Amino acid sequence: MKHGILMHRPDDDVGVAVADLPTGAEVGAITLEGAPVRAVTLVNDVPLGHKVAMRDIATGKDVIEYGRVIGVAVQDARQGSHVHTHCIKTKRWA
Amino acid sequence: MISPRDLQLWGYKRPDGRFGVRNHVLIIPVDDLSNAAAEAVQHNIKGTMALTHPYGRLQFGADLELTFRTLAGQGRNPNCAAAVVIGIEPKWTERIVTEIAKTGKPCTGFSIERSGDLKTIEAASRAAKEFVHAASECRREPFSVAQLTMSTKCGESDTTSGLASNPTVGRAFERLAEAGATLIFGETTEVTGGEDIIMELCETPDVAARFKAAFDDYQALVKSQGVSLVGSQPTEGNIRGGLSTIEEKALGNIQKAGRCTIVDFLEPAHEPRKPGLSFMDSSSAAAEMVTLCAAAGSVVHFFTTGQGNIIGNPVIPVIKLSANPLTVATMPEHIDVDLSALLRIEMTLDQAADAALQMLERTINGRLTAAEVLRHHEFVLTKLYRSA
Repeated sequence: MKHGILMHRPDDDVGVAVADLPTGAEVGAITLEGAPVRAVTLVNDVPLGHKVAMRDIATGKDVIEYGRVIGVAVQDARQGSHVHTHCIKTKRWA
Repeated sequence: MISPRDLQLWGYKRPDGRFGVRNHVLIIPVDDLSNAAAEAVQHNIKGTMALTHPYGRLQFGADLELTFRTLAGQGRNPNCAAAVVIGIEPKWTERIVTEIAKTGKPCTGFSIERSGDLKTIEAASRAAKEFVHAASECRREPFSVAQLTMSTKCGESDTTSGLASNPTVGRAFERLAEAGATLIFGETTEVTGGEDIIMELCETPDVAARFKAAFDDYQALVKSQGVSLVGSQPTEGNIRGGLSTIEEKALGNIQKAGRCTIVDFLEPAHEPRKPGLSFMDSSSAAAEMVTLCAAAGSVVHFFTTGQGNIIGNPVIPVIKLSANPLTVATMPEHIDVDLSALLRIEMTLDQAADAALQMLERTINGRLTAAEVLRHHEFVLTKLYRSA
Protein backbone atom coordinates (compact mmCIF):
# COMPACT_ATOMS: atom_id res chain seq x y z
CA MET A 1 0.00 0.00 0.00
CA LYS A 2 1.69 3.18 -1.21
CA HIS A 3 -0.87 5.67 0.10
CA GLY A 4 -1.76 6.36 3.73
CA ILE A 5 -4.56 8.90 3.30
CA LEU A 6 -7.77 8.69 1.29
CA MET A 7 -9.67 11.78 0.20
CA HIS A 8 -13.33 12.01 -0.82
CA ARG A 9 -12.57 15.06 -3.01
CA PRO A 10 -9.11 16.29 -4.07
CA ASP A 11 -9.85 19.82 -2.79
CA ASP A 12 -11.13 18.73 0.66
CA ASP A 13 -9.44 20.27 3.74
CA VAL A 14 -9.04 16.84 5.34
CA GLY A 15 -8.23 13.27 4.33
CA VAL A 16 -8.69 10.01 6.22
CA ALA A 17 -5.79 7.92 7.54
CA VAL A 18 -6.19 4.33 6.33
CA ALA A 19 -3.50 3.06 8.72
CA ASP A 20 -1.99 4.29 11.98
CA LEU A 21 0.29 7.13 10.80
CA PRO A 22 3.30 8.20 12.95
CA THR A 23 4.56 11.74 13.55
CA GLY A 24 7.14 12.78 10.99
CA ALA A 25 6.09 10.36 8.29
CA GLU A 26 5.63 11.71 4.80
CA VAL A 27 2.37 10.20 3.64
CA GLY A 28 0.74 10.21 0.23
CA ALA A 29 -2.93 11.07 -0.21
CA ILE A 30 -5.03 9.73 -3.06
CA THR A 31 -8.66 9.90 -4.09
CA LEU A 32 -11.01 6.92 -3.91
CA GLU A 33 -10.39 6.43 -7.62
CA GLY A 34 -6.66 6.07 -6.91
CA ALA A 35 -5.56 9.45 -8.28
CA PRO A 36 -2.64 10.98 -6.31
CA VAL A 37 -3.42 14.34 -4.67
CA ARG A 38 -0.35 15.30 -2.62
CA ALA A 39 1.85 14.15 0.25
CA VAL A 40 1.88 15.68 3.73
CA THR A 41 4.29 15.31 6.64
CA LEU A 42 2.51 14.22 9.82
CA VAL A 43 2.90 16.63 12.75
CA ASN A 44 1.03 14.27 15.16
CA ASP A 45 0.33 10.56 15.34
CA VAL A 46 -2.97 9.95 13.53
CA PRO A 47 -4.78 6.67 14.17
CA LEU A 48 -6.51 4.61 11.49
CA GLY A 49 -9.79 6.24 10.47
CA HIS A 50 -8.96 9.66 11.87
CA LYS A 51 -8.55 12.80 9.78
CA VAL A 52 -5.41 14.64 8.68
CA ALA A 53 -5.34 18.34 7.72
CA MET A 54 -4.36 18.52 4.07
CA ARG A 55 -3.73 22.28 4.36
CA ASP A 56 -3.53 24.81 7.20
CA ILE A 57 -7.01 25.39 8.64
CA ALA A 58 -7.49 28.64 10.60
CA THR A 59 -9.77 28.98 13.63
CA GLY A 60 -13.28 30.04 12.59
CA LYS A 61 -13.00 28.55 9.11
CA ASP A 62 -15.44 25.97 7.75
CA VAL A 63 -13.88 22.51 7.42
CA ILE A 64 -14.57 20.77 4.10
CA GLU A 65 -14.86 17.00 3.52
CA TYR A 66 -16.99 15.29 0.84
CA GLY A 67 -16.81 18.76 -0.79
CA ARG A 68 -19.20 19.88 1.99
CA VAL A 69 -19.02 21.65 5.34
CA ILE A 70 -18.59 19.12 8.18
CA GLY A 71 -18.06 21.71 10.94
CA VAL A 72 -16.06 24.74 11.96
CA ALA A 73 -12.46 24.94 13.19
CA VAL A 74 -12.26 25.99 16.86
CA GLN A 75 -8.45 25.72 16.92
CA ASP A 76 -5.87 26.25 14.21
CA ALA A 77 -4.89 22.99 12.53
CA ARG A 78 -1.58 22.90 10.67
CA GLN A 79 -1.18 20.87 7.50
CA GLY A 80 -0.35 17.30 8.54
CA SER A 81 -1.99 17.55 11.96
CA HIS A 82 -4.71 15.38 13.51
CA VAL A 83 -8.17 16.89 12.97
CA HIS A 84 -10.83 15.71 15.39
CA THR A 85 -13.25 16.84 18.12
CA HIS A 86 -10.54 18.91 19.84
CA CYS A 87 -10.29 21.30 16.92
CA ILE A 88 -13.57 21.11 14.97
CA LYS A 89 -17.18 21.40 16.15
CA THR A 90 -20.56 20.82 14.53
CA LYS A 91 -22.40 23.84 13.16
CA ARG A 92 -25.75 22.16 13.77
CA TRP A 93 -26.08 21.34 17.45
CA ALA A 94 -24.51 23.87 19.79
CA MET B 1 -20.39 -6.78 -13.00
CA ILE B 2 -23.28 -8.62 -11.38
CA SER B 3 -26.78 -7.61 -12.37
CA PRO B 4 -29.35 -8.34 -9.65
CA ARG B 5 -31.58 -9.74 -12.41
CA ASP B 6 -29.09 -12.61 -12.78
CA LEU B 7 -29.29 -13.61 -9.10
CA GLN B 8 -30.92 -17.00 -8.56
CA LEU B 9 -33.23 -16.37 -5.61
CA TRP B 10 -35.20 -19.05 -3.82
CA GLY B 11 -37.80 -18.20 -1.21
CA TYR B 12 -41.02 -19.21 0.50
CA LYS B 13 -44.12 -17.92 -1.26
CA ARG B 14 -46.73 -16.74 1.24
CA PRO B 15 -50.50 -16.61 0.67
CA ASP B 16 -50.34 -12.84 -0.02
CA GLY B 17 -47.87 -13.47 -2.88
CA ARG B 18 -44.82 -12.03 -1.09
CA PHE B 19 -41.64 -14.10 -0.74
CA GLY B 20 -39.81 -14.84 2.49
CA VAL B 21 -36.21 -16.00 2.83
CA ARG B 22 -36.64 -17.60 6.26
CA ASN B 23 -39.46 -19.81 7.51
CA HIS B 24 -40.16 -18.87 11.12
CA VAL B 25 -43.04 -19.84 13.36
CA LEU B 26 -43.22 -16.80 15.64
CA ILE B 27 -44.63 -16.59 19.16
CA ILE B 28 -45.57 -12.93 19.62
CA PRO B 29 -46.36 -11.59 23.11
CA VAL B 30 -48.70 -8.59 23.01
CA ASP B 31 -47.32 -7.25 26.27
CA ASP B 32 -44.58 -7.67 28.87
CA LEU B 33 -46.83 -9.91 30.99
CA SER B 34 -47.08 -12.50 28.23
CA ASN B 35 -43.34 -12.96 27.72
CA ALA B 36 -43.17 -15.86 30.18
CA ALA B 37 -45.86 -17.85 28.35
CA ALA B 38 -44.30 -17.04 24.95
CA GLU B 39 -40.91 -18.26 26.17
CA ALA B 40 -42.50 -21.43 27.55
CA VAL B 41 -44.02 -22.20 24.13
CA GLN B 42 -40.66 -21.54 22.48
CA HIS B 43 -39.12 -24.02 24.92
CA ASN B 44 -41.81 -26.66 24.32
CA ILE B 45 -41.96 -26.53 20.53
CA LYS B 46 -38.90 -26.89 18.31
CA GLY B 47 -38.72 -24.42 15.45
CA THR B 48 -40.54 -21.58 17.20
CA MET B 49 -39.16 -18.21 18.27
CA ALA B 50 -40.59 -15.92 20.96
CA LEU B 51 -40.28 -12.16 20.31
CA THR B 52 -40.18 -10.97 23.91
CA HIS B 53 -40.25 -7.23 24.66
CA PRO B 54 -40.93 -4.91 27.62
CA TYR B 55 -44.00 -2.92 26.42
CA GLY B 56 -47.62 -3.21 25.35
CA ARG B 57 -49.37 -1.90 28.46
CA LEU B 58 -51.07 1.49 28.87
CA GLN B 59 -49.61 2.89 25.69
CA PHE B 60 -51.86 5.29 23.80
CA GLY B 61 -52.22 7.24 20.56
CA ALA B 62 -49.48 7.09 17.94
CA ASP B 63 -47.16 5.25 20.34
CA LEU B 64 -49.70 2.44 20.80
CA GLU B 65 -50.43 2.29 17.07
CA LEU B 66 -46.71 1.95 16.38
CA THR B 67 -46.43 -0.94 18.87
CA PHE B 68 -49.40 -2.71 17.25
CA ARG B 69 -47.96 -2.12 13.78
CA THR B 70 -44.52 -3.34 14.83
CA LEU B 71 -45.80 -6.51 16.51
CA ALA B 72 -48.30 -7.35 13.77
CA GLY B 73 -45.63 -6.51 11.18
CA GLN B 74 -43.38 -9.30 12.47
CA GLY B 75 -46.17 -11.81 11.88
CA ARG B 76 -47.04 -10.24 8.52
CA ASN B 77 -43.37 -10.36 7.44
CA PRO B 78 -42.89 -12.92 4.63
CA ASN B 79 -40.12 -14.60 6.66
CA CYS B 80 -42.86 -15.71 9.06
CA ALA B 81 -44.76 -18.85 8.04
CA ALA B 82 -47.27 -18.73 10.89
CA ALA B 83 -47.71 -16.91 14.19
CA VAL B 84 -49.09 -17.52 17.66
CA VAL B 85 -50.05 -14.33 19.53
CA ILE B 86 -50.32 -14.33 23.34
CA GLY B 87 -51.69 -11.40 25.35
CA ILE B 88 -52.95 -10.84 28.87
CA GLU B 89 -56.50 -10.07 27.64
CA PRO B 90 -58.34 -10.90 24.41
CA LYS B 91 -59.07 -7.50 22.79
CA TRP B 92 -55.58 -6.26 21.97
CA THR B 93 -54.52 -9.84 21.25
CA GLU B 94 -57.26 -10.05 18.63
CA ARG B 95 -56.20 -6.75 17.04
CA ILE B 96 -52.77 -8.17 16.30
CA VAL B 97 -54.12 -11.55 15.15
CA THR B 98 -56.51 -9.78 12.76
CA GLU B 99 -53.72 -7.74 11.16
CA ILE B 100 -51.52 -10.81 10.67
CA ALA B 101 -54.41 -12.94 9.38
CA LYS B 102 -55.03 -10.40 6.59
CA THR B 103 -51.96 -11.85 4.87
CA GLY B 104 -53.76 -15.21 4.70
CA LYS B 105 -51.13 -17.02 6.75
CA PRO B 106 -52.04 -19.19 9.76
CA CYS B 107 -52.29 -17.13 12.94
CA THR B 108 -54.08 -17.69 16.20
CA GLY B 109 -54.28 -15.83 19.51
CA PHE B 110 -54.52 -16.79 23.16
CA SER B 111 -55.18 -14.67 26.23
CA ILE B 112 -54.11 -15.45 29.73
CA GLU B 113 -56.86 -13.95 31.92
CA ARG B 114 -59.47 -16.60 32.96
CA SER B 115 -57.06 -19.38 31.90
CA GLY B 116 -53.76 -18.67 33.62
CA ASP B 117 -50.30 -19.19 32.18
CA LEU B 118 -50.30 -22.99 32.29
CA LYS B 119 -53.49 -23.65 30.31
CA THR B 120 -52.53 -20.87 27.88
CA ILE B 121 -49.08 -22.38 27.37
CA GLU B 122 -50.60 -25.78 26.66
CA ALA B 123 -53.15 -24.48 24.15
CA ALA B 124 -50.60 -22.18 22.46
CA SER B 125 -48.03 -25.00 22.32
CA ARG B 126 -50.52 -27.31 20.62
CA ALA B 127 -51.31 -24.62 18.02
CA ALA B 128 -47.61 -23.87 17.52
CA LYS B 129 -46.88 -27.57 17.02
CA GLU B 130 -49.33 -27.77 14.12
CA PHE B 131 -47.88 -24.59 12.62
CA VAL B 132 -44.36 -26.03 12.78
CA HIS B 133 -45.46 -29.26 11.05
CA ALA B 134 -46.99 -27.17 8.25
CA ALA B 135 -44.02 -24.78 8.01
CA SER B 136 -41.56 -27.66 7.89
CA GLU B 137 -43.17 -28.79 4.64
CA CYS B 138 -42.93 -25.38 2.94
CA ARG B 139 -40.58 -25.58 -0.03
CA ARG B 140 -38.47 -22.79 -1.52
CA GLU B 141 -39.31 -21.72 -5.06
CA PRO B 142 -37.63 -19.28 -7.45
CA PHE B 143 -38.55 -15.61 -7.24
CA SER B 144 -37.33 -12.48 -8.98
CA VAL B 145 -35.46 -9.54 -7.53
CA ALA B 146 -38.52 -7.43 -8.36
CA GLN B 147 -40.34 -9.43 -5.66
CA LEU B 148 -37.65 -8.67 -3.05
CA THR B 149 -38.08 -6.15 -0.23
CA MET B 150 -34.91 -5.37 1.73
CA SER B 151 -33.43 -2.66 3.92
CA THR B 152 -30.18 -1.05 5.05
CA LYS B 153 -28.73 0.78 8.01
CA CYS B 154 -25.23 1.51 9.31
CA GLY B 155 -24.04 1.23 12.90
CA GLU B 156 -21.00 2.07 15.01
CA SER B 157 -19.97 3.93 11.89
CA ASP B 158 -16.58 5.48 11.38
CA THR B 159 -14.82 7.16 8.50
CA THR B 160 -14.39 3.82 6.73
CA SER B 161 -18.20 3.59 6.54
CA GLY B 162 -18.48 6.80 4.53
CA LEU B 163 -15.42 5.97 2.43
CA ALA B 164 -16.16 2.36 1.57
CA SER B 165 -18.90 0.19 3.10
CA ASN B 166 -21.76 2.68 2.73
CA PRO B 167 -20.89 3.54 -0.89
CA THR B 168 -20.79 -0.23 -1.55
CA VAL B 169 -24.39 -0.57 -0.37
CA GLY B 170 -25.25 2.56 -2.36
CA ARG B 171 -23.85 1.01 -5.53
CA ALA B 172 -25.66 -2.29 -4.86
CA PHE B 173 -28.91 -0.41 -4.12
CA GLU B 174 -28.63 1.52 -7.40
CA ARG B 175 -28.53 -1.81 -9.25
CA LEU B 176 -31.28 -3.37 -7.12
CA ALA B 177 -33.57 -0.36 -7.60
CA GLU B 178 -33.00 -0.46 -11.33
CA ALA B 179 -33.99 -4.16 -11.30
CA GLY B 180 -37.26 -3.35 -9.54
CA ALA B 181 -36.50 -4.30 -5.93
CA THR B 182 -38.23 -2.55 -3.03
CA LEU B 183 -35.70 -0.91 -0.70
CA ILE B 184 -35.92 0.81 2.70
CA PHE B 185 -33.52 3.14 4.50
CA GLY B 186 -34.01 5.90 7.08
CA GLU B 187 -32.36 7.15 10.32
CA THR B 188 -34.00 10.56 10.49
CA THR B 189 -31.64 12.45 12.83
CA GLU B 190 -28.62 10.90 11.23
CA VAL B 191 -28.97 12.79 7.98
CA THR B 192 -28.46 16.12 9.80
CA GLY B 193 -26.06 18.10 7.65
CA GLY B 194 -27.05 16.19 4.52
CA GLU B 195 -30.84 16.62 4.64
CA ASP B 196 -30.72 18.79 1.50
CA ILE B 197 -29.09 15.88 -0.37
CA ILE B 198 -31.90 13.55 0.74
CA MET B 199 -34.46 16.10 -0.46
CA GLU B 200 -32.72 16.38 -3.84
CA LEU B 201 -32.94 12.58 -4.23
CA CYS B 202 -36.73 12.63 -3.61
CA GLU B 203 -38.81 11.89 -6.69
CA THR B 204 -41.44 14.56 -6.03
CA PRO B 205 -41.74 17.74 -3.95
CA ASP B 206 -44.41 15.95 -1.90
CA VAL B 207 -42.03 13.15 -0.88
CA ALA B 208 -39.36 15.75 -0.05
CA ALA B 209 -41.84 17.79 2.01
CA ARG B 210 -43.00 14.76 4.02
CA PHE B 211 -39.39 13.78 4.70
CA LYS B 212 -38.55 17.36 5.77
CA ALA B 213 -41.56 17.53 8.11
CA ALA B 214 -40.39 14.36 9.91
CA PHE B 215 -36.82 15.68 9.98
CA ASP B 216 -37.94 19.03 11.48
CA ASP B 217 -40.14 17.21 14.02
CA TYR B 218 -37.13 15.31 15.35
CA GLN B 219 -35.03 18.48 15.61
CA ALA B 220 -37.92 20.20 17.43
CA LEU B 221 -38.26 17.25 19.83
CA VAL B 222 -34.59 17.50 20.75
CA LYS B 223 -34.89 21.28 21.25
CA SER B 224 -38.05 20.87 23.36
CA GLN B 225 -36.03 18.79 25.81
CA GLY B 226 -33.68 21.73 26.26
CA VAL B 227 -30.73 19.65 25.10
CA SER B 228 -28.71 18.91 21.99
CA LEU B 229 -27.58 15.61 20.55
CA VAL B 230 -23.90 16.41 21.11
CA GLY B 231 -22.59 13.42 23.05
CA SER B 232 -25.17 11.08 21.45
CA GLN B 233 -24.73 11.91 17.75
CA PRO B 234 -21.99 11.10 16.85
CA THR B 235 -21.74 8.30 19.42
CA GLU B 236 -18.62 7.73 21.47
CA GLY B 237 -17.91 4.75 19.20
CA ASN B 238 -18.18 6.95 16.12
CA ILE B 239 -15.75 9.46 17.68
CA ARG B 240 -13.30 6.72 18.61
CA GLY B 241 -13.41 5.70 14.96
CA GLY B 242 -12.54 9.21 13.78
CA LEU B 243 -15.91 10.85 13.09
CA SER B 244 -15.94 14.37 14.53
CA THR B 245 -19.37 15.89 13.85
CA ILE B 246 -22.94 14.92 12.93
CA GLU B 247 -22.48 16.55 9.52
CA GLU B 248 -19.54 14.26 8.77
CA LYS B 249 -21.45 11.21 10.01
CA ALA B 250 -24.52 12.16 7.96
CA LEU B 251 -22.55 12.62 4.75
CA GLY B 252 -21.16 9.13 5.25
CA ASN B 253 -24.53 7.67 6.21
CA ILE B 254 -26.36 8.87 3.11
CA GLN B 255 -23.84 7.18 0.82
CA LYS B 256 -26.01 4.06 1.38
CA ALA B 257 -28.68 5.60 -0.84
CA GLY B 258 -26.22 5.90 -3.72
CA ARG B 259 -27.82 7.88 -6.52
CA CYS B 260 -31.18 6.12 -6.05
CA THR B 261 -34.34 8.15 -6.42
CA ILE B 262 -36.32 8.23 -3.15
CA VAL B 263 -39.77 7.24 -4.37
CA ASP B 264 -41.69 7.52 -1.09
CA PHE B 265 -41.60 8.58 2.53
CA LEU B 266 -42.95 6.06 5.06
CA GLU B 267 -44.07 6.46 8.65
CA PRO B 268 -42.26 3.98 10.94
CA ALA B 269 -43.19 0.30 10.41
CA HIS B 270 -45.36 1.05 7.35
CA GLU B 271 -45.00 -1.36 4.44
CA PRO B 272 -43.59 0.23 1.25
CA ARG B 273 -46.22 1.16 -1.32
CA LYS B 274 -44.04 0.91 -4.42
CA PRO B 275 -40.75 -0.50 -5.73
CA GLY B 276 -37.58 1.57 -5.46
CA LEU B 277 -36.01 3.23 -2.42
CA SER B 278 -38.28 4.53 0.35
CA PHE B 279 -37.15 6.65 3.30
CA MET B 280 -38.72 5.39 6.53
CA ASP B 281 -38.88 7.75 9.50
CA SER B 282 -36.85 5.92 12.15
CA SER B 283 -34.38 6.13 14.98
CA SER B 284 -30.71 5.50 14.27
CA ALA B 285 -30.48 3.02 17.14
CA ALA B 286 -29.62 -0.19 15.33
CA ALA B 287 -32.04 -2.67 16.89
CA GLU B 288 -34.96 -0.24 16.83
CA MET B 289 -34.40 0.57 13.17
CA VAL B 290 -33.93 -3.02 11.99
CA THR B 291 -37.02 -4.09 14.00
CA LEU B 292 -39.01 -1.36 12.18
CA CYS B 293 -37.65 -2.60 8.82
CA ALA B 294 -38.79 -6.14 9.66
CA ALA B 295 -42.21 -4.76 10.61
CA ALA B 296 -42.35 -3.02 7.22
CA GLY B 297 -41.80 -6.32 5.42
CA SER B 298 -38.07 -6.23 4.67
CA VAL B 299 -36.84 -9.83 4.43
CA VAL B 300 -33.07 -9.23 4.50
CA HIS B 301 -30.84 -6.37 5.61
CA PHE B 302 -27.46 -4.87 4.65
CA PHE B 303 -25.82 -3.55 7.82
CA THR B 304 -22.56 -1.68 7.39
CA THR B 305 -20.28 -1.11 10.35
CA GLY B 306 -16.99 0.62 11.00
CA GLN B 307 -16.14 -0.01 14.64
CA GLY B 308 -18.13 -3.28 14.84
CA ASN B 309 -21.82 -3.09 15.71
CA ILE B 310 -22.81 -6.72 16.29
CA ILE B 311 -26.60 -6.42 15.89
CA GLY B 312 -28.86 -9.13 14.52
CA ASN B 313 -32.63 -9.54 14.29
CA PRO B 314 -34.88 -12.50 15.03
CA VAL B 315 -37.03 -12.22 11.89
CA ILE B 316 -34.67 -11.03 9.15
CA PRO B 317 -31.08 -12.01 8.40
CA VAL B 318 -28.68 -9.09 8.92
CA ILE B 319 -25.67 -9.14 6.57
CA LYS B 320 -22.72 -7.35 8.15
CA LEU B 321 -20.31 -5.46 5.88
CA SER B 322 -17.18 -3.67 7.09
CA ALA B 323 -14.21 -1.94 5.46
CA ASN B 324 -12.33 -1.23 8.68
CA PRO B 325 -9.24 -3.50 8.65
CA LEU B 326 -8.97 -3.40 12.47
CA THR B 327 -12.60 -4.48 12.92
CA VAL B 328 -12.32 -7.20 10.31
CA ALA B 329 -9.15 -8.49 12.01
CA THR B 330 -10.25 -8.24 15.65
CA MET B 331 -13.90 -9.38 15.40
CA PRO B 332 -14.06 -11.47 12.21
CA GLU B 333 -16.83 -13.72 13.54
CA HIS B 334 -19.26 -10.82 13.15
CA ILE B 335 -18.43 -9.79 9.58
CA ASP B 336 -20.04 -11.42 6.53
CA VAL B 337 -18.41 -9.25 3.85
CA ASP B 338 -14.87 -7.90 4.27
CA LEU B 339 -14.52 -4.72 2.23
CA SER B 340 -11.16 -3.57 3.64
CA ALA B 341 -9.52 -4.03 0.22
CA LEU B 342 -11.41 -0.88 -0.84
CA LEU B 343 -9.21 1.22 1.47
CA ARG B 344 -6.11 -0.34 -0.06
CA ILE B 345 -7.50 0.48 -3.54
CA GLU B 346 -7.20 -3.22 -4.31
CA MET B 347 -10.93 -3.44 -5.04
CA THR B 348 -13.23 -1.11 -6.97
CA LEU B 349 -16.64 -0.01 -5.76
CA ASP B 350 -18.26 -2.11 -8.49
CA GLN B 351 -16.35 -5.19 -7.32
CA ALA B 352 -17.40 -4.43 -3.74
CA ALA B 353 -21.04 -4.16 -4.84
CA ASP B 354 -20.62 -7.52 -6.60
CA ALA B 355 -19.37 -9.05 -3.33
CA ALA B 356 -22.34 -7.59 -1.45
CA LEU B 357 -24.81 -8.93 -4.04
CA GLN B 358 -23.20 -12.37 -4.01
CA MET B 359 -23.57 -12.51 -0.22
CA LEU B 360 -27.15 -11.26 -0.59
CA GLU B 361 -27.94 -14.13 -2.96
CA ARG B 362 -26.34 -16.71 -0.65
CA THR B 363 -28.10 -15.30 2.41
CA ILE B 364 -31.47 -15.25 0.70
CA ASN B 365 -30.97 -18.84 -0.39
CA GLY B 366 -30.25 -20.02 3.13
CA ARG B 367 -26.72 -19.19 4.24
CA LEU B 368 -26.96 -18.13 7.87
CA THR B 369 -25.39 -14.74 8.57
CA ALA B 370 -22.80 -14.17 11.29
CA ALA B 371 -25.49 -12.54 13.44
CA GLU B 372 -27.85 -15.50 12.97
CA VAL B 373 -25.19 -18.05 13.87
CA LEU B 374 -24.14 -16.03 16.93
CA ARG B 375 -27.81 -15.85 18.07
CA HIS B 376 -28.08 -12.08 17.80
CA HIS B 377 -31.84 -11.70 18.06
CA GLU B 378 -32.18 -8.07 19.12
CA PHE B 379 -35.90 -7.23 18.99
CA VAL B 380 -36.56 -3.67 20.17
CA LEU B 381 -39.78 -1.69 19.93
CA THR B 382 -39.56 2.04 19.21
CA LYS B 383 -41.28 3.99 21.99
CA LEU B 384 -42.49 7.44 20.93
CA TYR B 385 -43.33 8.75 24.42
CA ARG B 386 -44.25 7.75 28.00
CA SER B 387 -47.09 5.33 28.68
CA ALA B 388 -50.21 6.47 30.52
